[in-house]
Amino acid sequence: MVYLDYVAGCPVDRRVIDEMLKYFEHPGNPSSVHSKGFEARKIIDDARSKVAELINASPSEIVFTSGATESNNLAIIGYAMRNKRKGNHIVVSAIEHISVINSAKFLQKNGFDVSYAPVDRHGKLKIDELEKLIKKDTILVSIQHANPEIGTIQNIQEIREVVECALHVDATASLGKIEVDVEKMGVDLLTISSNDIYGPRGVGGLYIRSGVRVNPIIIGGGQENGLRGGTENVAGIAGFGKASEITKREWKDESERMEKLRDRLLNGLLKIEETYLNGHPTERLPNNASVRFSYIEGESILLSMDMENIQASTGSACTSKTLQPSHVLMAIGLKHEEAHGSVVFSLGRWSSQQDIDYVLEKLPPIVERLRMMSPLYVKKKKGGE
Amino acid sequence: MYSEKVFEHFRNPRNVGVIEDADGVGTVGNPVCGDLMTMYIKVKDDRIEDIKFQTFGCGAAIATSSMATELAKGKTLEEALKITKQTVADALGGLPPQKMHCSNLASDALKRAIADYLKKRGREEDLKRLGLDKLAEEEHEEHGEVCEA
Repeated sequence: MVYLDYVAGCPVDRRVIDEMLKYFEHPGNPSSVHSKGFEARKIIDDARSKVAELINASPSEIVFTSGATESNNLAIIGYAMRNKRKGNHIVVSAIEHISVINSAKFLQKNGFDVSYAPVDRHGKLKIDELEKLIKKDTILVSIQHANPEIGTIQNIQEIREVVECALHVDATASLGKIEVDVEKMGVDLLTISSNDIYGPRGVGGLYIRSGVRVNPIIIGGGQENGLRGGTENVAGIAGFGKASEITKREWKDESERMEKLRDRLLNGLLKIEETYLNGHPTERLPNNASVRFSYIEGESILLSMDMENIQASTGSACTSKTLQPSHVLMAIGLKHEEAHGSVVFSLGRWSSQQDIDYVLEKLPPIVERLRMMSPLYVKKKKGGE
Repeated sequence: MYSEKVFEHFRNPRNVGVIEDADGVGTVGNPVCGDLMTMYIKVKDDRIEDIKFQTFGCGAAIATSSMATELAKGKTLEEALKITKQTVADALGGLPPQKMHCSNLASDALKRAIADYLKKRGREEDLKRLGLDKLAEEEHEEHGEVCEA
């Protein structure tokens, strides 16, 4: 198996599983007033410290959630609801994760104004355009640190300079790949996810800068400092803590290694005729290779690769539930037919040079076979001869 | 997601290619929507003697193209016109609902290829009788399905 779809899902690191196994059998509820409760509380507190350390925050600034989607919901809906007397306008970038876009749409239906900040053809936010969108009643700006689909990294410090209101950054794709430091970035809210750093699924976090107020969106018994109701997922949170500890120690070496492999992959892919890079040529995640192949469609490419036991992702409309191409690929100005042939290869902790070389051996004939079936390619060939 | 039969036809599509001296050619779809297919037929005694296709599209688009050519080969023109999206989908053991229309274009392409053949032979009465007269008037290259589920 050559799994290059880490952007869609990551395996859990064995070291994390071993840590979690210790806690699945633990009966304690962190809210209980007895020794088992106190132990469970300590497990969560330890994990909170490790997660906070990874992003240079204080433990009290971390709220555990069920994942990046909930964190994005809490950041955007929770912040807007809590601070609506300050204004009713929010700005999100055009290439945000769907959970950010749909949170913004939810607010729009509930009386807020939403603006979408455009990006250039490489997926870089147009900071001057963002500046123009910010009004005096703008209370929140939400920008992704890096985009999982095209790999482009935003310069959050530069963005912070033009954003006076609260700034939310979705760091789901960047955490563990590049530096994520809430102090250097100057963010107020930051979304992180456990599975993206090889922790368990169903666990995430939201950094909320001390002094920033949000309303909970899951109402319960006051857990997580009143910001997230529901008995804590103790084993999951412990896993997230362990994954953070490992990531803090290993991410730099890992990113360096992945970047070399990614470059090897990209160089090989771009040698295939009429194959183009999506996203920024240099300011991109070290594990992301996003390309598009002309004249063929992404789902066919994925299924063909899967026949060779290679797994990746596509932004093609043909694989989406709405049959619309990826909003990210549209926002960087691709035509529909270009978006259809897009494939994202994302590398991770267990990707090897052997994997890359296998893909580079298997993919050219797949592209060739689909192109020979494609009337667009054959027509183009005839026209060119 | 897809049935085993769809995968099988995707892996080994039947009748891929171009018939250079085709008697009829039909194209449907639109690259903007992600699906475009061309069907070529050779006709002898009003029977589809040979058939080939080319398809740009997803797994379902390729599998339905392949299946439609298999169903049509050897059939009379009238029999071939009875092949519908549903016939093709059923023969493949079903298709996911969102793939039923956008990617299942082969039966339409086949109709167009038959209409093209009859038109080229000047068989206006047959075109009318088979309800293909309007289809035959359109330029097939410009035909585009609306990309909606």
